[in-house]
Amino acid sequence: MMAKKKKAYRLKHYLREELLPTTFCQGCGCGTVLNTYAQAIEELQINPKDIVSVTGIGCSSWIPSPYFKADTLHTTHGRAIAFATGVKIMKPEANVVVIAGDGDLAGIGGNHLIHAARRNVGLAVFLINNMIYGMTGGQVSPMTPLGDKTTTTPYGNPEYPFNIAEFVAAAGANYVARWTTYHVFPLMESIQKAMTKDGFSFVEILTQCPVSYGRRVGMRTGEEFLKYFKENTINSLKAKDMTPEEIGDKIIVGKIVERNRKEFTTILREMNEERRK
Amino acid sequence: MIEIDEDLCKGCKICTDFCPKEVFETSDKINKKGYYPPIPVREDECIGCRFCELLCPEFAIAVVNE
Ligand SMILES: Cc1ncc(C[n+]2csc(CCOP(=O)(O)OP(=O)(O)O)c2C)c(N)n1
Ligand code: SF4
Ligand code: SF4
Repeated sequence: MMAKKKKAYRLKHYLREELLPTTFCQGCGCGTVLNTYAQAIEELQINPKDIVSVTGIGCSSWIPSPYFKADTLHTTHGRAIAFATGVKIMKPEANVVVIAGDGDLAGIGGNHLIHAARRNVGLAVFLINNMIYGMTGGQVSPMTPLGDKTTTTPYGNPEYPFNIAEFVAAAGANYVARWTTYHVFPLMESIQKAMTKDGFSFVEILTQCPVSYGRRVGMRTGEEFLKYFKENTINSLKAKDMTPEEIGDKIIVGKIVERNRKEFTTILREMNEERRK
Repeated sequence: MIEIDEDLCKGCKICTDFCPKEVFETSDKINKKGYYPPIPVREDECIGCRFCELLCPEFAIAVVNE
């Protein structure tokens, strides 16, 4: 009898397969985000040749570079959105995607983020919020919760974190949502929405880092984080009828904003055409 | 049908813990990298929801609908 042919994972053609298994730690959520992203693209039938991935520095920056097989710009720490804006201006037909960490996008690159949202640049930005600087071993980030122990806050974090999704929404983005690596199915839909919507789209993805963050806050495995995400989140549709006291420490997931302002590079092109008449 | 690429697995047990039908158990044999991969011992109970396939951070699982 012929041996059963092994197929396993169906979407390997989207990945730089020769580099698997990934360098991510055991139970890290970065792989789950990449998995969900690949499935979202498969369902949308987007040709990866039409995608330009742009990223910065950090563990989560490895999701697009090297693992996702598309044209890729691996830029300096914090600068992904600046490079991506340049790509979008010169190549408006491309699907320009930024995937990077909370330290990268909300810390060192924070100003690029809010101004790209304000200008409504046509990018899909996925912020991998693992609440820490993972790659460098667990320093506090602008997304680390108040009171948490990290290598640079050994007595607890004295700072409040950003509510980055609300911040980007207030700055003017066309689409903003927040999900976690537990909510893979709605996350997939949200990624699809972000990649098809005109203007600046932003999805904050709470992602587990069991090694550089989790082990200092009492969550040493991926499973513990996923259970936490499952039990401590409320959908934004439900939360809108609740008082802040009722919401308490719960994390709001779901769509934060959706609007239809005209996209930056479109305005820019139209103005240029007008000027040349 | 559930297919597992054992040598990609990092033994995080996310699939084992989050399958709504508890289809998986952990193997007692290590893979090439020294991790214990899952075995779909209760494959008949699988409802084809693909939660394990999407959650797996190492692309080690495929749920194949026949
Ligand atoms: C200009 C500059 N400053 C500092 C660093 C060191 N550095 C490398 S990765 C990193 C933090 C990454 O954290 P984050 O963006 O949250 O990604 P994660 O690794 O957590 O996914 C830092 C500070 C650098 N590479 N470049
Ligand atoms: S340090 Fe954290 S973010 Fe980086 S690969 Fe390990 S678990 Fe993932
Ligand atoms: S989720 Fe993937 S990597 Fe984790 S134990 Fe299961 S097959 Fe292995």
